[in-house]
Amino acid sequence: MIELCAVTKTYNAGRPNEVVALGATDLTISDKALTVFAGPSGSGKTTLITIVGCLARPTSGRVVLNGEAVSGLPQRFLTEVRRRTFGFVFQRFNLVRGISAIENVMLPAYPIGTPHARLKTRAMELLSSFGMAHRAHFNVEILSGGEVQRVAIARALVNDPEVIIADEPTASLDGERVAHFLAIAADLKARGKTVIVTSHDPRVTGAATVDRLVTLADGRPADATP
Amino acid sequence: MIAHPPVLALVLASTLSALVMVPTFVFALRLLARWDPSSGNEEQLKLEKTTYLVSTLVAFVAVVELASLAAFAFNADRMAVLFVGAMCAVGTLNASSYGFPTLVAKIAVFFAAFVWLVLDRTDNKGRDYPFILQKYWGILLLALLVVLDAALQLAYFLDLKASTITSCCGKLFGDAGLGAGAELAGIEPRLALVLLFGGLAITIALSFGTARSRLMGRLLGLASPAMFAIAIAGVISVISVHVYEQPHHHCPFCLLKREYGFFGFLLYIPLFAATGSGMAAGLLSALPARQSLSDVLPPLLGRLSILTISGFALFGGLSLWKIMASRLTLM
Amino acid sequence: MTALSRTRYFLDFAVSSLLRRRWRTLSLILVYSCIVALLGSVLLFGTALRREAATQLSTGPDIVVQSMIMGRHDMLRAADLDALRGLRGLRRGEARLWGYLYDSSAAANYTLMANADTAPGEALVGEGVARARKLEPGKLLFLVSPAGKFLKVRVKSVIAPKSALISSDLVLLNEADLRAFFSVAPDLYTDLALFVANPREVATIAQKGAIRLPGRRFVTREDLTRSYESLFSWREGLVLVILAGAVIAFAIFAFDKASGLSSEERREIGILKAVGWDTSHIIAQKLIEGGLVSGTSFLIGFILAYAHVFLFRAVLFEPVLTGWSTLYPRFRLTQEIDGLQVTSLALLTILPYVAAILVPVWRTASADPDEVMR
Ligand SMILES: Nc1ncnc2c1ncn2[C@@H]1O[C@H](COP(=O)(O)OP(=O)(O)O)[C@@H](O)[C@H]1O
Ligand SMILES: [Mg+2]
Repeated sequence: MIELCAVTKTYNAGRPNEVVALGATDLTISDKALTVFAGPSGSGKTTLITIVGCLARPTSGRVVLNGEAVSGLPQRFLTEVRRRTFGFVFQRFNLVRGISAIENVMLPAYPIGTPHARLKTRAMELLSSFGMAHRAHFNVEILSGGEVQRVAIARALVNDPEVIIADEPTASLDGERVAHFLAIAADLKARGKTVIVTSHDPRVTGAATVDRLVTLADGRPADATP
Repeated sequence: MIAHPPVLALVLASTLSALVMVPTFVFALRLLARWDPSSGNEEQLKLEKTTYLVSTLVAFVAVVELASLAAFAFNADRMAVLFVGAMCAVGTLNASSYGFPTLVAKIAVFFAAFVWLVLDRTDNKGRDYPFILQKYWGILLLALLVVLDAALQLAYFLDLKASTITSCCGKLFGDAGLGAGAELAGIEPRLALVLLFGGLAITIALSFGTARSRLMGRLLGLASPAMFAIAIAGVISVISVHVYEQPHHHCPFCLLKREYGFFGFLLYIPLFAATGSGMAAGLLSALPARQSLSDVLPPLLGRLSILTISGFALFGGLSLWKIMASRLTLM
Repeated sequence: MTALSRTRYFLDFAVSSLLRRRWRTLSLILVYSCIVALLGSVLLFGTALRREAATQLSTGPDIVVQSMIMGRHDMLRAADLDALRGLRGLRRGEARLWGYLYDSSAAANYTLMANADTAPGEALVGEGVARARKLEPGKLLFLVSPAGKFLKVRVKSVIAPKSALISSDLVLLNEADLRAFFSVAPDLYTDLALFVANPREVATIAQKGAIRLPGRRFVTREDLTRSYESLFSWREGLVLVILAGAVIAFAIFAFDKASGLSSEERREIGILKAVGWDTSHIIAQKLIEGGLVSGTSFLIGFILAYAHVFLFRAVLFEPVLTGWSTLYPRFRLTQEIDGLQVTSLALLTILPYVAAILVPVWRTASADPDEVMR
């Protein structure tokens, strides 16, 4: 369970270009559910999930993850918590270019030092489960859009995280791929993962598998359906 | 000044180290004044980010200082041909009054950097920055030492002039000479051996208790530098003469030469490692206990004491072996 | 165990990251190895010359006695040698006759020396002289003295370059020929060479000799070694100080390369941080990259320096370090590498590089992990 108490985020505090990207926000995200943060562009969705996912620290307020306050942790522990708990699928998928798909999948596990053979097997299993085994050793630059998405999801899962976070995953996808993504999200949920997605795409926000929809407006949750 | 390439290399190394430590010193002052881990404001985030730079810089300085400590001793040996009366490093170091102080400063910098890095690693294992303030007080001290070392070394090299008349190990550590060196060399061999092996026994015994008792740990912190001094005295008074198999050759530097199979390295590397880890274990035992380190500290102290024990044991064993195997008999 | 496999991952990733930016890596290694080769040549050459001088000195006399008048070098008499005979510990003494001759046709200075084994009308010449005058055994050598006297001698052989540094400019002549050529009176000699039985007694014998022969200067081999050593050190140091400019330029180049990352690289580091790499991991990985580049360049540079000095006889330095340009010996230096030279070279080249990249590496590594979300 992830709890946010009075969390705020201000960029460039005290300078003329100060932006309050997140006003005092209280929020609880329950386990093993699919939560969607919706709202127009600039409403603070990305800011909110960077804080939820321990990618950034709030300017004030507390973030409590499974009972532990993580907002005050030293950076290296915040990184460790992030590595252990969260898997990320980015808006532009953000694969490292010039290396193979399987190496991309293995990257998040390097700092852990998982023995090579075991890590490789695990990465291969993940890629096969998304039907990508035959592409594992291809340079990611020659993969198609849909393949890139699947590699990105496999990478998010390699450290076996409890929570998968996806930022606008469907922004550049056609209808068929959106449906495919939603199916994967539902499948992850069924396997006991917590899934958090930001989107202003009605195909996602209106999907039947969504457990909870949090709509943001001007850096605050406007209304929350329980 | 003698613009010998190793001299230029050493001056470059110490100048760079000092240049690195000056902004680090200023940063340490800022951190000590502004550190507030409960805040998420940008200044705190920036301080936190910069601590990574400081750790990297100190590690860099430690490596550089270790390399220059060895190069400094070798260079002194190599430059001996330039000075009347010098046959080895001692003569070169003695050719200016800054010589030995520079050597001592270099050793001090090495130990300080070593202990600081152990403290840094420990602090990085605690989830609430357990020793951050102690660490940055330490940086202030370390920076001063590094700058002092650079200044002394520069003064030393500037002061050196070819054909200075100096006295070498024969005089400095000669049985008939005056001063601290001669005093050390003149120690009764039996007494020196008792001090050496007695000291080693006590230090090793303390190391065995370090993981369990904080008191033992603190005592180890005091005992290891003392042991370092005793060990050097032991080298000067008995071990060296047995290696050279000459009753009046008391030099701690000639041991590093090829003629003696680089035995000095075998002897000094374990000694430095043991002393450094003993001091680090002592510091960690002397700092206040922290809840966040309760799982981390005991195994760390265990590892440090193993290093201390094996280093001192190796030093003692090698010395004993050389004394036994030597054709020289003083006792 | 995990620390070990983690280091392996970082190492692998560093290698792949260097290979991905092949051209940048290559250009860096190229410049870096040139710097190492340049400084390495100076150091290796200096060491080799010093050794050469030491070899020469070790076969020379233990003490050289010179006559001094008004602080300047003057000729000695044979009687001076007799005065020293009977000094306890003195094994052998000989009076030597030698001098310099400037040869305007070759624009070179020769050292002319009397030699007991050379017959009248014959000469032995050093390798440098032979080269400058295109001599070989059997050919004739003409010399003109400053006073306009001529000397015609037949070259018997070219001196084997055992220690070519000092014998290169040598011309060995019969004593009578030499005296006639320079118009030196029969009783005058340039200096005395003394050989001592026990090297420990050299200083004592020099002292005692100075009492018997007041006004003469006694130069021991140790004094000579010392002045050679400081001569070499100075020149070498001077060259290194001049090269400091190159090292600084290189450090700026390295700093620039390390701070001016492409947007692709920035993105890559952002991704790594977002997926769970800590700042310290990125720093470690980047420093491993720096270490690989340094190690490779140092090795290449050192091999180049070694080849330059020992296989190509340090052709680039002839005029700078030795001072004789025309008669500079064409000899192979004795190959020698020693730990202090290697350490010094490493400190002089790797240190500025690492120091230059530390801050840029840290700045890169501390990019905010949420940046990739933007
Ligand atoms: N690094 C930053 N510096 C300054 N302003 C930022 C930064 N990141 C986001 N913002 C601002 O914060 C607000 C919220 O942005 P964001 O969380 O990206 O919204 P969304 O993801 O809903 O589009 C926007 O006004 C944006 O301009
Ligand atoms: Mg966004």
